[in-house]
Amino acid sequence: MKEQLEKLRHEALNLISGAADFSALENARVRFLGKKGELTAILKQMGRLSPEERPIIGQLANAVREALDEAIETRRQALEEKALSERLVKEELDVTIPGTPAKMGHRHPMSIVLQEATDIFVSMGFSVAEGPEVELSEYDFDRLNIPVGHTVREWQDTFYITEDEAVHLRCQTSPVQARVMEKTQPPIRIISPGRVYRKDEVDATHSPMFHQIEGLVVDRGVTMGDLKGTLNALVRKLYGPETKTRFRPHHFPFTEPSCEVDVQCFVCGGGGCRVCKGEGWIELLGAGMVHPKVLRASGIDPDVYSGFAFGIGLERMTMLRFDIDDMRLLFENDMRFLSQFQGV
Amino acid sequence: MRLSRKWLSEYTNITASSKEYADRMTMTGSKVEMTEEPAESIKNVVVGRVVAMERHPNADLLWICQVDVAQEEPVQIVTGAQNVSVGDLVPVALHKSLLPGGVKITKGKLRGVASQGMLCSLSELTLDTHDFPYAIEDGIFILQEDCKPGDDIRPIIGADDSIVEFEITNNRPDCLSMIGLARESAATFDTELKLPDITPVKGTGDIREHLAVEVENPELCPRYTARMVKNIKIEPSPKWLRQRLRAAGVRPINNIVDITNYVMLEYGQPMHAFDYACLEGGKIVVRTAREGETMNTLDGTPRALTPDMLVIADLHRPVGVAGVMGGENSEITENTKYAVFESATFSGVSVRKTAMALGMRTDASSRFEKGLDPENTVRALERACQLVEQLGAGEVIGGIIDVAAPAQEPSRLPLDADKIRALLGADIPEEFMVKTLVKLGFEVENGIVEVPSWRGDIEHYSDLAEEVARFWGYDKIEPTLFADKTGMGGLTEEQALTRQADALCRALGYSEIYTYSFTSPSDANKISLPEDSPLRSAVTILNPLGEDTSVMRTTSLPSMLQTLAVNSNHRNENVRLYEFAKVYRPCGGTLPEERVMMTFGAYGDMDFYGLKGAVEALLSGLRVKDVTFTAERENPSYHPGRCALVRSGDMVLGVLGEVHPLVAKNYDLDRAYTAELDMSALVACRDKEPRYVPLPKYPAITRDLAVVCDAKTPVGELAACIKKAGGKLLRDVTLFDVYTGSQVPEGKKSVAFSLTLRADDMTLTDEHADETVKNILTALLDAHGATIR
Repeated sequence: MKEQLEKLRHEALNLISGAADFSALENARVRFLGKKGELTAILKQMGRLSPEERPIIGQLANAVREALDEAIETRRQALEEKALSERLVKEELDVTIPGTPAKMGHRHPMSIVLQEATDIFVSMGFSVAEGPEVELSEYDFDRLNIPVGHTVREWQDTFYITEDEAVHLRCQTSPVQARVMEKTQPPIRIISPGRVYRKDEVDATHSPMFHQIEGLVVDRGVTMGDLKGTLNALVRKLYGPETKTRFRPHHFPFTEPSCEVDVQCFVCGGGGCRVCKGEGWIELLGAGMVHPKVLRASGIDPDVYSGFAFGIGLERMTMLRFDIDDMRLLFENDMRFLSQFQGV
Repeated sequence: MRLSRKWLSEYTNITASSKEYADRMTMTGSKVEMTEEPAESIKNVVVGRVVAMERHPNADLLWICQVDVAQEEPVQIVTGAQNVSVGDLVPVALHKSLLPGGVKITKGKLRGVASQGMLCSLSELTLDTHDFPYAIEDGIFILQEDCKPGDDIRPIIGADDSIVEFEITNNRPDCLSMIGLARESAATFDTELKLPDITPVKGTGDIREHLAVEVENPELCPRYTARMVKNIKIEPSPKWLRQRLRAAGVRPINNIVDITNYVMLEYGQPMHAFDYACLEGGKIVVRTAREGETMNTLDGTPRALTPDMLVIADLHRPVGVAGVMGGENSEITENTKYAVFESATFSGVSVRKTAMALGMRTDASSRFEKGLDPENTVRALERACQLVEQLGAGEVIGGIIDVAAPAQEPSRLPLDADKIRALLGADIPEEFMVKTLVKLGFEVENGIVEVPSWRGDIEHYSDLAEEVARFWGYDKIEPTLFADKTGMGGLTEEQALTRQADALCRALGYSEIYTYSFTSPSDANKISLPEDSPLRSAVTILNPLGEDTSVMRTTSLPSMLQTLAVNSNHRNENVRLYEFAKVYRPCGGTLPEERVMMTFGAYGDMDFYGLKGAVEALLSGLRVKDVTFTAERENPSYHPGRCALVRSGDMVLGVLGEVHPLVAKNYDLDRAYTAELDMSALVACRDKEPRYVPLPKYPAITRDLAVVCDAKTPVGELAACIKKAGGKLLRDVTLFDVYTGSQVPEGKKSVAFSLTLRADDMTLTDEHADETVKNILTALLDAHGATIR
């Protein structure tokens, strides 16, 4: 029996280590170690052995079983490793083939700039107020110190809805100032983005409908210095911390003192170029201290409170930001245009 | 407003370079638009004297001139002009010279004869006979000026100037004048201001013997002043005057007309001169035009006048449109002997409306429309008479006619230095404030500021603050942040939700568009709105730019379809768009209701379910609750079999579907898919914020269930029925197949769902599951006649 076992061990180990694949290995396992396998068959003959031989042979049989188990496991691992490395080779891809397109939408460039500006103001404690676009002349004109007879009230400048001129399409976002002040006592700190309308024919720099971002701060002791500080903060966040601004005296009916704010041309750095038309400065927005008549017209005492207001043209900011040279592109919505502003 | 630096130097002495002048004036509020340097457009052009002439041997019409230009030798120049004689002084463009318009002159040969430059005509120097009435248009400019060979031509023709073009804001009509700008300049550069010394000319006789003035509409003409001149000798104005007019961009005409223009430029007060002989009845009546009256203005154009226009008339007929333009019938001509100078103030609004109605904005009307100072009328009138004497243009008649409303008291307000400092946030000394205001013509005494008559824009301490700040320098105001005044900013729920929706749309592959809020009334037909649709009643613009932009949109669909069409025309493939589109719906009040419609549009690689999937994802991403879709067959813009109403509970959120083929055709689109959702309804239908629910402890059982039912039965109703019958064990119902075809009887369909069943307190057995499925099947049979397949 001993020879039988040794022979079995020898033969089995050869077969196992030579098994070419998992099924050959399994066949070998069944053949030698299965319930009806050869080792079992040999062990069934144990009864015929003498009591002295039995433990010796038993030990040997166990050793053979262990050896075979171990060999099978070793072989199985080797086969697995081989199979894996074959699979990895077989599965190699050409990584230079483009990926499967994931469909992503695009933000309109004006939304990009609007959200940026909104976030900057919100971080400075502003809320976002809204107001109607079909507006009463009371809010858009009367309360803003634009008296009857003022040129912006002309029918050639403003779109009218009623013959008596009481209702028109607002020509600025400023009526929201009046609406907010009417409802809220200071402190007030709002911006109000929205659509405005003026009777301009469509061309590369004009549109009868465009967007503004209005700003209004009213409180005790608000100064022109605060106006400068706030707008500087906006400009530096939008165009970089080194951007220089220039506050230039100007005139608006609803602010006094008034100014226009220029930024140093970010294309040429102030030396003069095509974008700034050689001036080195680009006009960005209008602003000023809220006119006392405007405060009073909406129920705020100008002897107690002061404030500043500003209005920014969103189209202009967007066009400057992305070097867009024709305003019509913003309202045509050609995908070839819209898809250019990814990742901003 | 164009300003000549040379002219300016008469009032105040400023030596700054053009750039510095422009920069500093801009920063004190007089914005410089442009600076012109005529001197730089002419180089190396000098006076020459023709010392000898001979005919060109090879050309009959050419002359060979020897010209003394104060060099060692005369230069030889060939000219084709026939008006030159030996001894004439002429402008000579030498070798390597520059003429206006960038024309470069170099030496060369004309028909084989060397020419070392060019003799110049008026037009080559951008002049005409109005500048030099003794010269001729066709030929060389023969100089009759006090000059000698070798002199630079530029000072002689007035090209040694620097012209500054200002943008003047509406509140400062006083700056539409040399004196106004001189005042601003002197305050900017802190130089002395010298104004013309006007001593009224006494004259002889009395104007009242010749002329009477009646103002019928004093509210439209607060002041009308007039003086007269007799024995007029019409001739060209002297050169200094012509050059100043030219520098200001005004064409010289003759001495009397030039005087009125000169005074307008100098004082900002438009004036007019009438030929007295043409004023019938020796009377001027300032009145509104009568129905049907007409008149030719000075430009020769017939004008139909209307009763809302103010005119200057004689006894019978209009002789001028007040503040706009004089009439041809009373024009100053060579034969004028007696002239009436008018210097008046008219209502700005009235002048503007008249000028606009007549379609003629003039230098005069653009000044009057801003509202002029009545006090300025007499100054201008006296200045004109002074110039008449100075120029020897005629004899001034004694007396002045002045029809005026009582003069207004000058307005006074306190100089509250502390308030000004507080408003500006700048520590400006009171002395600086006083000094600045005085420079600008204010009088300051004992803390009270008296506002000059020409500064009608100053009413409040904030106005004074601006005057002070302009000259203190806006740039010197320290930027501050109101950091100590805390405020809470942020977005409202709707604003925040809009942003979230915006991000979701892009994640779903849709791109944002911005379209016009106004559309064409014909859009209603293009999207097949029924005749009685309330959406046909829109806010209408009374004065639109055109029919296409004449109504405020009541629906966002046409703009979306239009944009899809634009993209389709550009052959953009697989386009998916969205817009937060405001619509404007009349609601019975004074103002319409303005709503934001989230609008989607797509074509290309898209179908009904593709768009529906995006809408479902959006609604779920916004936590809109109880969303259902039901077939909508009545919406005429949509395919009747491919349109769904979207609801949250009972509230309609909007509509989605395939665009009706006829509507799509109207936009040259093939198949297109759109959805319109009311943003405020989405906000109103949000579910409350989720709370954590413990993860299931017991396993779920899944069962697949295929039933056969009538082909018309909506799957949504089957699913709702299953959910109801499934009770609380049924956790999820997912459709995985809808089949019609050979395995299923005609008119029927097979619908397969995957059911997930689970209990929270035990592991379900097959018996539990079987019982639930049995209940479901019973319900499906009862409600829809559906049987298990």
